[in-house]
Amino acid sequence: MAEPFAESDDELLDRFQRAAFGYFLEQVNPENGLAADTSRPDAPASIAVVGFALSCYPVGVERGWMTRADAAARTLVTLNFFWNSRQSDQPDATGHKGFYYHFLDMKSGRRVWQSELSLIDTTLLLAGVLTASVYFSADTPVEIEIRERADAIYRRIDWQWARGGGVTARQGWKPESGFLHYGWEGYSEATIVYVLGLASPSHPLSDDSFGAWTETYQWENIYDYEFLYAGPLFIHLFSQAWIDFAGIRDRFMREKDSDYFENSRRATYVQREYARRNPYGFKGYGKDCWGITANDGPGYKTLKINGRERRFLSYAARGVPYGPDDGTIGSCAAIASLPFAPELVLPALRHLCVQYPEMTRDARLPSGFNPTLPGAGPSGWVSEGYYGLDQGILVLMIENYRSGLIWKLMRQCPYIGGGLRRAGFTGGWLS
Amino acid sequence: MTNFPREIDAALKHDETPPSELPEDRFHRYLVDRVHPPAWRNPKPDGKYNLVVIGAGPGGVTAACEAAALGAKVALIERDLIGGDRLNVGCVPSKAIIRTARLYAEMRDAESFGGQVPDDINIGFASVMERMRRIQARLGRAASAGRLSEAGVDVYFGEARFAGHGTVAVAGDMLRFKKALIATGARPLTPPIPGLAEAGYLTNENVFDLTECPPRLLVIGGGPLGCELAQAFCRLGAHVIIAQDDPMFLPREERDAAQILSGALARDGIEIYLNATVVAVRKEGARKIVDLMSDGGPFSVSVDEILAGIGRTPNVEGMNLEAAGVRYDTKTGIQVDDFLRTSNKRIYAAGDVCLDLKFTHAAEASARIAVRNALFLGRKRLSALTIPWCTYTDPEIAHVGLYVREARDKTIPVKTFTILMHDVDRAVTDGEEEGFVKIHVRDGTDRILGATVVAPHAGEMINGLSLAITSGIGLRALARVIHTYPTQAEAIKMAADAYARTRLTPMYKFLAKRWLSW
Repeated sequence: MAEPFAESDDELLDRFQRAAFGYFLEQVNPENGLAADTSRPDAPASIAVVGFALSCYPVGVERGWMTRADAAARTLVTLNFFWNSRQSDQPDATGHKGFYYHFLDMKSGRRVWQSELSLIDTTLLLAGVLTASVYFSADTPVEIEIRERADAIYRRIDWQWARGGGVTARQGWKPESGFLHYGWEGYSEATIVYVLGLASPSHPLSDDSFGAWTETYQWENIYDYEFLYAGPLFIHLFSQAWIDFAGIRDRFMREKDSDYFENSRRATYVQREYARRNPYGFKGYGKDCWGITANDGPGYKTLKINGRERRFLSYAARGVPYGPDDGTIGSCAAIASLPFAPELVLPALRHLCVQYPEMTRDARLPSGFNPTLPGAGPSGWVSEGYYGLDQGILVLMIENYRSGLIWKLMRQCPYIGGGLRRAGFTGGWLS
Repeated sequence: MTNFPREIDAALKHDETPPSELPEDRFHRYLVDRVHPPAWRNPKPDGKYNLVVIGAGPGGVTAACEAAALGAKVALIERDLIGGDRLNVGCVPSKAIIRTARLYAEMRDAESFGGQVPDDINIGFASVMERMRRIQARLGRAASAGRLSEAGVDVYFGEARFAGHGTVAVAGDMLRFKKALIATGARPLTPPIPGLAEAGYLTNENVFDLTECPPRLLVIGGGPLGCELAQAFCRLGAHVIIAQDDPMFLPREERDAAQILSGALARDGIEIYLNATVVAVRKEGARKIVDLMSDGGPFSVSVDEILAGIGRTPNVEGMNLEAAGVRYDTKTGIQVDDFLRTSNKRIYAAGDVCLDLKFTHAAEASARIAVRNALFLGRKRLSALTIPWCTYTDPEIAHVGLYVREARDKTIPVKTFTILMHDVDRAVTDGEEEGFVKIHVRDGTDRILGATVVAPHAGEMINGLSLAITSGIGLRALARVIHTYPTQAEAIKMAADAYARTRLTPMYKFLAKRWLSW
């Protein structure tokens, strides 16, 4: 293991980024391009993780971790699978109305776990599909086919249907029970859902959908930071992984004289401040150890630790400052905040390396760890294996910090620019 | 032990009701003797009344007393018990048992406070309910028929039925009026669930009659009533399951408030099913089998009792409103304008029978407006009222004014100042750190649009913010108000201080620095 303080920032980041990238070499089925949700045995594929995989391949090519031909071949296999897989309202299909089920069988590609036809996960898949369509721009048969497939997959999605008769997008649908009860309420990772939904040339969301969603936003002053509130840290990262929000503003951000990039920066500061105050006295929390987000947890149980009753959660959307918080730290989300607040994130990464060497030895970070719940080492309980979403967001956000590659690519994607404009964004690189 | 007046002790001294007659025990009879005396004789109507009030709940009693105090000739008609839901089947009994339930929760949590958990915590459910009835009896004195008569109100018991635009019949008498006020309240909605009626279920109208705590209780509905009673019965020893046909509890409240409540209920041990709809009920022996459907598919639970708390429906039936020319809807109630006047200009309505906000204090406030408008050519508007409300769970969730979404719907830019209770010294010393104060202001100003408080005593804390909104006091002025230290209400002052800090612009700081450098 390298000595963290002997490495330059770039060397340190390179080590962690490459380790995260390795997930997509190990956990993808080369026959169909499906990427496992986690590295655990028998894990199903997650379509969102496939989206991250497709976005990571260009990073791998540019970093010299894979050849362009290999990346293109993997990408085409993936797109062909999604284009040719069964679309129907039957419960074992791969998708319906152009959307895809959240979890698929790694081999057959059919729906598993009675999962929902997911708008956000389809959108993250689509973000990867469109990243590939921009990156693979050569006039070779493979790259031409990638672009054609990507466009066809995008155009097939029926965003109008996904409103379920309302104005805003629903979260999902199940063949057994129809649309999920709930829509998107409050600021969330759904910005990219609206951007791509509005830009659709075939079945777009209505003009008023984005505005109707942003009506549910809350602009809050917490710990003297003013920002568009969302509790879990990942919310401030996922749309931002593909879209460079610096300097572009929708109506809400114009009203608040801010933008979503700046907002993620402030959210990062709120996360750190919460950890520094550590109101519930969790072990490990501090100015260099934070990251309260949606991630794996120790499981539902209540234990008395050092005379204090602690209630632990399983996989859950943890958030600050209102909770839930069970002491589980999501360091992937913290490190992925790098482009917004490197002055906080780099010390946090070095702190992780020094404080929890047993966890950071191979530079691939787990979904969560909980020093409050005793385990084998100082990190306490550590999530088993690795989650594809975590590794994907790490690869993309470290790359955006290092070179801005994904942001530059997606600026060239006409659907991203078109969707942003239709949502009312102006200024910056959109000018 | 509730401090019980000598008058009631004396009255009950020789009453030796055997326990088997619960819940209609001596306290209950004492209450009934006052709020619907068995020997009561209605007065004989003498001339036209200035005001006839139908319904002697909080709104009706307030209206009748207010009108009588102002010199009006007033009749008050009640078909059942004076005091309405508040006293008999609503706020009073529920808050009484919530208090005892909280005591038991604190006993179990004694270690967190450096205390010792008692070796043996036995819950005497009968004692809990007896205390509740004793409190009802005590508070019922103020609303007794005798006291109302002394205050100059003619009290009639019986079903009221309009006989025309200016007359109402009750118990064989015909009352003529110049003005009338309908304040008949609301009753629990009956859930349209196959098999529920046959299996039997509880509502707020009979849950307080229980003589034993049900071992397993299903609560249908995660609104205020459902959440309050689910938590209370859980703390009193029941295994409580709550099913809510929504992604969160208290759907009208702020998401973060509902989320905190969800965590609190789970910590108490309540089995929670969100996004779950009860589709059928059947009886198997003494158990009730309830079929539910959620996004994850169908499932069933087996319980001893079911409590339905899915909402309330206005009491508009049986009054022959058509004869009086009063328009109504069986779901939304009597139609009123902003002055609480019905489609018959001589008849007004107040409280649950016509309002969306079905709260005791809203009924009383609307009744006052209706009396002024009806008798004194008043032009008081319902829309001008600032009505706070509170759900009395632990922690309590209180709100006043606009929600952010409502403000944004009106294109008002909003900024929210949030103080976490874990940053409030008194909340920390009290071991009551969960919750927050959120104050919404019009962005760029200090004008308070609304506020939500989640705290163990949020219902008390929200009143200061109601005062501020009603009186037009902004955060700037609140920042100058010295709050006693340490109190949990200091959170409000801290939010005002946070606002004050936002006014320290870079220019202001620059000038201050220059000044200080001289």
